[in-house]
Amino acid sequence: MHEVGITRSIVEIAERTAREQGAARVLSVTVAIGALSGVVPEAVEFCFEACTKETLLEGTRLVIDRIPGKGKCRQCDAEVPLDPYTFSCPACGGFDLERLQGEELQIIEMEVD
Amino acid sequence: MCIDCGCATPGHDHSHHHDETHGHDHQHEHDHGHRTIRIGEDLLAKNDRLARRNREAFAARGVFVLNLVSSPGSGKTSILERTLADLKNQVRFAVLEGDQQTSNDADRIAATGVPVKQINTGAGCHLDAHMVGHGVEAFALGATDVLLIENVGNLVCPAAFDLGEDHKVAVLSVTEGEDKPVKYPQMFQAADLLLINKIDLLPYLRFDIEQCKAFARRVNPQVRILELSCQSGEGMQAWYDWLAEGVKAKKAK
Repeated sequence: MHEVGITRSIVEIAERTAREQGAARVLSVTVAIGALSGVVPEAVEFCFEACTKETLLEGTRLVIDRIPGKGKCRQCDAEVPLDPYTFSCPACGGFDLERLQGEELQIIEMEVD
Repeated sequence: MCIDCGCATPGHDHSHHHDETHGHDHQHEHDHGHRTIRIGEDLLAKNDRLARRNREAFAARGVFVLNLVSSPGSGKTSILERTLADLKNQVRFAVLEGDQQTSNDADRIAATGVPVKQINTGAGCHLDAHMVGHGVEAFALGATDVLLIENVGNLVCPAAFDLGEDHKVAVLSVTEGEDKPVKYPQMFQAADLLLINKIDLLPYLRFDIEQCKAFARRVNPQVRILELSCQSGEGMQAWYDWLAEGVKAKKAK
């Protein structure tokens, strides 16, 4: 479950930023997780509490912005929705799909006190 | 103190709060009330930064680096053993072995006489760039042509972590389902080469190899596919040729 490592990164980046900004407490943290990023949002939610124990993020609200996947077919130029298990273009059946959106894995912002 | 990642002792995995390159968009309000801070930092930024350092270190010494990924039991270690036995007099290899526990694989590689270092990830399900950066401290990279990294057997997590390698090489054995590429697409999308191993067993199995290749090309139209058996030796030469081409190209850079 690589989501543990990902969640630790959230805590690490948020704590570092909070310290730099002189914040005493992190109230909420917003992360973007793309549908094609290979990271399962529910798994991040699941381990968030354990990973934030005894950190500035203990008790922090986790907000996950789920970014849907979007792609472009190199064969017919159609822009199509993509999930990790879509391999062919819904418009023409071609397999060469360029990923336009959905690989995001980012800590966006946080609310502090 | 490690210069690259700032950690105090090699081979562990704690957090580093300094020397990070990050694109913060800090707000400088000094009333310590309720406020929002924009961050906009990639969650894999640290791994990617360390992977970039690894890649630069490998490039500076002309080391060709492969990250072997597969489910457990596909035959990664056996492919390495045979490859090392056949090529070690022509190519200078080093091997990093990733497993949750034991040094079994490293012991098998050590028996070939090639320098090897075992990395135990404990509860971790993949190698990351930090582990690899420290793992290669065991080798004289200047005297290495090819670094082979055998990742933890896992078709999910290793796909997300850049180690600084030139290529991910996926191994799939014919004792697994031919639909593995469509079941675990991230990994097969990330790989440049797919080795279909254990083809000597095909007569005894109901494994449709053409269907398997079609599935792999469906998730990754550019993937190179080689069929081989590290037991019988069939198909190994094509893999050695691919390896030799990669070494040559890397040295020429």
